[in-house]
Amino acid sequence: MTPKRTVLSNGMVLLTSEQRTLPMVSIELLVDAGSAHESAPQAGLANLTAKLLTYGTKRRSAVQINETLDFIGASLETACAQDTASLSMTVLKKDLGTGLELLADVLTQPAFPQPEIDRQKQAIIATIRATEENPGAVAGKAFAAALFPQSPYGRPVEGTEASVKALQQKNLQDFFARYYRPNRSIIAVVGDVSEQEIASLLETALRSWSKGEPSAVATAPVKIGSSKLVRMNKDLTQANIIMGHIGVARGNSDYYAVQVMNYVLGGGGFSSRVMDSIRNERGLAYSVYSFFAAERSHGTFEFVMQTKNETAMEAIRIGNDEIRRMREEPVSDQELNDAKDYLIGSFPLRFDTNRKVASFLAQVEYFKLGLDYPDRYPDLIRSVNGEEVLRVAKQYLHPEMLITVIVGNLKKIAEK
Amino acid sequence: MFWQRGVRYVLTIFFFGVALSNLHAAPVQEFVLDNGLKVLLLEDHKSPAVTFQVWYRVGGRNEKDGKSGLAHFLEHMMFKGTPSTGPEEYSRIIAKNGGRSNAFTSSDMTVYFATMSREKIGIELDLEADRMANALLGEQYFEPEKKVIQEERRLRTEDNPGSALSEVTGAVAFMIHPYRRPVVGWMEDIQRLTRQDLVDFHKLYYAPNNAFIVVVGDFSTDEIMPKIRAAFGKVSRGAEAPKVSVQEPEQQGERRAILKKEAELPFLLLFYHAPNLQNADSFALEVLSVVLAGGRSSRLYHELVYEKRLVRGVDADYSRVSVDPMGFSITAQLLLGIQPANVEREIYGLLEKLKSELITDRELQKSKNQIEAAFIFDQDSIFGQAMKIGYYEVTGGWRQLNAYLDGIRKVTREDIQRVARQYLDADRRTVGTLIPTKGQ
Repeated sequence: MTPKRTVLSNGMVLLTSEQRTLPMVSIELLVDAGSAHESAPQAGLANLTAKLLTYGTKRRSAVQINETLDFIGASLETACAQDTASLSMTVLKKDLGTGLELLADVLTQPAFPQPEIDRQKQAIIATIRATEENPGAVAGKAFAAALFPQSPYGRPVEGTEASVKALQQKNLQDFFARYYRPNRSIIAVVGDVSEQEIASLLETALRSWSKGEPSAVATAPVKIGSSKLVRMNKDLTQANIIMGHIGVARGNSDYYAVQVMNYVLGGGGFSSRVMDSIRNERGLAYSVYSFFAAERSHGTFEFVMQTKNETAMEAIRIGNDEIRRMREEPVSDQELNDAKDYLIGSFPLRFDTNRKVASFLAQVEYFKLGLDYPDRYPDLIRSVNGEEVLRVAKQYLHPEMLITVIVGNLKKIAEK
Repeated sequence: MFWQRGVRYVLTIFFFGVALSNLHAAPVQEFVLDNGLKVLLLEDHKSPAVTFQVWYRVGGRNEKDGKSGLAHFLEHMMFKGTPSTGPEEYSRIIAKNGGRSNAFTSSDMTVYFATMSREKIGIELDLEADRMANALLGEQYFEPEKKVIQEERRLRTEDNPGSALSEVTGAVAFMIHPYRRPVVGWMEDIQRLTRQDLVDFHKLYYAPNNAFIVVVGDFSTDEIMPKIRAAFGKVSRGAEAPKVSVQEPEQQGERRAILKKEAELPFLLLFYHAPNLQNADSFALEVLSVVLAGGRSSRLYHELVYEKRLVRGVDADYSRVSVDPMGFSITAQLLLGIQPANVEREIYGLLEKLKSELITDRELQKSKNQIEAAFIFDQDSIFGQAMKIGYYEVTGGWRQLNAYLDGIRKVTREDIQRVARQYLDADRRTVGTLIPTKGQ
């Protein structure tokens, strides 16, 4: 069914798409309450707040919430990113009433019990440690810190061990009261329910939730890190490499040309240039790709690969060459057309499940793309031509600004 | 170990313990071509896409000692072209037609797939038929691809403490059954594989009578069957593939494996030999895995994560859908400063309780509700549905899917107690422990 958009009386935007094939409903709720809203000494506050939502409300203990959810076989998960916090629920149609009541309860009446705060702090600190075992994540953190110094976008969402330990119940209550507001929220509901039915259920379930301070215009990071080499030693067989720099914001009019350009460079899976030169020709890596991630206020460009320590410098050199070549030579007609054909042709595959549709609708609203976005998308891509690809490569790829992060066995890397 | 797979490129596959519904979806239709190729079709018109999968009944399970990683290596080389398509051209053709494609290898099977629009799916179909019969496995691509696979092993196993532990534990839990070998292969074995190994393996196993096709999504049977017959009908039947009949002898006493590696948190893996879907107890074991670790209210999660705060996360995974019996495993990543021996003791205590006291009616109902809900949620994805049909077909025949929910519903509290006693027994157990070391 064609998606519909409406604004509830409390100011929350509701997007719906009726899908009657399966007796289930998927819900995605975005709140403008990400870690970009916290100060440096309180790093991790937004994340801890989001975590605590399902660990006790004024009427229900954490144990009761868990038991209720599990008994109906539903999932209710919270997550926190830099710009937004999110709640995702999947529930059988027959249990939609129970599910919505729980969702509304955790969203509007969390109690932030002290014992639960202590538990989650310990869990988050363990997560911070566990992340250290993932070399790709270690490199990602180091890259963000180098690119956006003194900015919330340079800090990990979960904070640091010290900052998490220092967070107080009062901080969570205040953060929640200020940022978890219906007029800062988007809810997308996809599945076996009509717009009318869900709108009325939500009006009732969320009637006590009142408007607050509206979302501010997103502010981009002020300070951008310049070219540097960050090396981190770990006893690994591979060097985990990220090269990158600032990218484009989602609203940038060159966004689509940039996506086409990046497809040719490293976004196109087995069709990309770096997959050819680094994986297929030389066998240097299993995984090698690049992407432009776009947020409201800014974006990043990252080129990511892993190769055995001994070939790290060679792979970096080739990566650099490929980035330069994008700026120097026009892409071939075949590369251009293949990229556009893939982006246009595969677009509908992005919504082949209800859950994906729900998350897509929430993003469309968040980035103000309009519900006709899927209809406009093919033309947005089709209109990109070869000159534009070359122009955006020159404009948005900056070999001289690349920050290079290497996590691996530095001794073996240096020997080469 | 057993559930670990080599994948051509990083992708997310839903691995599941539960099966497809006969609730709302149209029934699966089965056809068999003259050359022995089976075709399983399920029309599902909720989104405008079709997923087309070719399943070969060959995986790590079919390899010989010293040749581990062969099935997975062949999967990689299947992308290196045929007389009519160049190396890596397969992926480009699918992509420029708006499709997404990939492949993976597990112990039991090797699967190639693409998801595309209804109008374009014929392209995938022709390409798959072509490479089934005519893959060149070109000599000049062999050495570079070997390096790629070695990088894959480094990325996914050697630098990943959890999967490195799985590998070691698997090699101890199984003594003679090929499930003891990693699907990606041991590094030394990969190094020594030759192109001739691949050619022989391809000839032996890649034949229509050792494969089947699964198609799920927005297509019409009347339209697609003639296309499948035209494309695959001309591939000639192969010799009967050799059967693997190794049976793992019964384990008589606990085994232990310890891995010391640069990591932050200790990790515990308890593996118990257990039967697969060929055994009626498999339904009770499936429910038992949910009682133990399905959701935050489950026994292991509630006690170890929530109440006692010993572990960061805990899971119970039962390999019901496998060709030969695999097992039932419990995994836990420990919180800082917690001793693995403590967690082991706690887990054994919880298991003993399941053996000595019946679970409550509500707990049984809750677990069944979770399985039934997951079962419906899983139908949200055409790819996921195709995977399930394929898994069942490889291991016990796709019709077993239809018996799944009934089997689950019949499980009693007494069954749970009985299978816990019988299979979660210390003598059938292998305990793997990851001990973190500091880097240089």
